[in-house]
Amino acid sequence: MKKLMKGNEAIAEAAIRGGCRFFAGYPITPQNEIPEYLSWRLNEVGGAFVQAESEVAAINMVYGAAGAGARAMTSSSSPGISLKQEGISYICGAELPCVIVNIVRAGPGLGGIQPAQSDYFQTVKGGGHGDYHMLVLAPATVQEAVDLVYSAFDKADKYRLPVMILGDGMIGQMMEAVELPEMVDVNALAKKEWATDGTGVGENRRIVNSLYIQPDVLEEINHKLFAVYAEMKKNETAVEEYMCEDAEIVLTGYGTVARIAKSAVHMLRAKGIKAGLIRPITLYPFPDEAYARIAGNGICREMLCVELSMGQMIEDVKLSVNGKVPVEFYGRVGGNVMTAEDIVKKVMEGR
Amino acid sequence: MAKGFKKTKMLTDTPFHYCPGCTHGIAHRLTAEVLEEIGAEGNCVGVAPVGCAVFAYNYFNCDMQEAAHGRAPAVATGIKRVHPDKIVFSYQGDGDLASIGMAETVHAAARGENITVIFINNSIYGMTGGQMAPTTLEGQKATTCQAGRIPELNGNPVNVAEMLAQLKGPSYIARVGLFDLKHVMEAKRAIRKAFDMQINKKGFAMVEILSTCPTNWGLNPIDALEWSKNEATKTFPLGVFKDITKEEE
Ligand SMILES: Cc1ncc(C[n+]2csc(CCOP(=O)(O)OP(=O)(O)O)c2C)c(N)n1
Ligand code: SF4
Repeated sequence: MKKLMKGNEAIAEAAIRGGCRFFAGYPITPQNEIPEYLSWRLNEVGGAFVQAESEVAAINMVYGAAGAGARAMTSSSSPGISLKQEGISYICGAELPCVIVNIVRAGPGLGGIQPAQSDYFQTVKGGGHGDYHMLVLAPATVQEAVDLVYSAFDKADKYRLPVMILGDGMIGQMMEAVELPEMVDVNALAKKEWATDGTGVGENRRIVNSLYIQPDVLEEINHKLFAVYAEMKKNETAVEEYMCEDAEIVLTGYGTVARIAKSAVHMLRAKGIKAGLIRPITLYPFPDEAYARIAGNGICREMLCVELSMGQMIEDVKLSVNGKVPVEFYGRVGGNVMTAEDIVKKVMEGR
Repeated sequence: MAKGFKKTKMLTDTPFHYCPGCTHGIAHRLTAEVLEEIGAEGNCVGVAPVGCAVFAYNYFNCDMQEAAHGRAPAVATGIKRVHPDKIVFSYQGDGDLASIGMAETVHAAARGENITVIFINNSIYGMTGGQMAPTTLEGQKATTCQAGRIPELNGNPVNVAEMLAQLKGPSYIARVGLFDLKHVMEAKRAIRKAFDMQINKKGFAMVEILSTCPTNWGLNPIDALEWSKNEATKTFPLGVFKDITKEEE
């Protein structure tokens, strides 16, 4: 049965059902409903909730809990995610699974509390120090947010890395009807042999660590991490291609912006312009193959990248397209959101 | 009959990397002996700091996590909330605990987080080469206050034990020294008490240990112990600053 839920609350409930049993976070708009919901809901399922003294502390509590074997999560919005970068780097270095939700707001600095997509670089290029990546998922609907958060814990465990849910600010606040998945039985999950559950002695001690003083050892660790990312690219890359087969102009965008772009596709087609849409669902790994294939199909003549930023994802789009067709940009920033008409107007300008 | 020295089984066989005469080694041994006494073998998770004790994860014979600089109390919080029945402790230096990690320290204490913190106060940043610490004494020389710490220029030392004792959360807060056998035995009793608090679910307990850094103090090990005894204790008096079992009596 479908239930009408606010994005943030749906994300929180999906996390519980996906097996999340530890959450630490610090208040920041527009994601407060996530910690608020989990503060009582985790108690019901025998988990633990901590309101941390800062985002720095919260991500390090997640490090401890994930290292101790629990399915752990934190959430925040842009300024708070900046503070978590140190912890994210350590979590990647120590190969710990966890889920991090960023309900992005406009920046830089304190910025504003309205929606934005200006944390793309920070998220997919690595906002903390060192060579690392996360699995980055960008839901476009509340239902998709539920499904992605729910499966994120499995993926985090499988690859032993953080999964970042990059919600673009609208997703957290809008209400939509959702189908909630079954509750995962956390006791039936595979035991994490590497986790510090306290039972280790002598040879069987488990050490959660990211320090490797010997260059050769650290180099090997770096290569090992990137082998995992390569495997993840093969298995997890996800993209929606919408009406691209005969499209001469292909729009591209992620998250809720892609929904606006989809409306623009319909409006353009009504005007006789063959438009399509590429919507990456995984921002890392980036679906470069889809872009390259469509850009080289002989029908596509140009692409238009639509973002709530000054142009961040467009860099990956251009790398993927590799000069086969021109890639134009249309963005709104500061917390402003474009309409489908705005996108149509931008496309018509070039004609 | 002479009693042979026996190493506690809560230390691994990995040789310590500490400088000769550094009391980090004594603090490790006392902590490990107490862990053995309370039956923590196979029942315990430790958290190592960033600082000279960073390799503590190689020395304590239990599951260990290495935390980012200053974040050990937050990491320990995450572990303890997942395994409330396991013994969880952190071992941290003064730069780690009282400077970069002060927020994590104060709030773990204020929450009454049921963990034990072993705090090594050596009045200096050992690992990075002798810079001024939050605990550097007035007049004490460090590489970033070469004329000696001048409060007007360099601020004042932080008395962590006294400060945390003001909070409602902690169950036990003590400061101990390691400069002679009598004080070493006293230190061990304090550490035992701090772990007993955790076992009895009394909440946050911390033992601040006045430790030496002969290397960065520019003193030989014997003089370093003397300096700790005669100088460090002037700013950092030894004592029990909070003990809720006493208050309950
Ligand atoms: C974020 C960060 N800043 C700085 C450092 C460098 N650093 C390593 S150890 C240390 C100070 C350690 O001093 P203390 O905690 O007093 O421990 P000691 O070495 O004296 O035992 C610093 C500043 C670091 N590793 N990480
Ligand atoms: S530098 Fe100082 S604190 Fe570090 S091991 Fe050497 S003597 Fe001990």
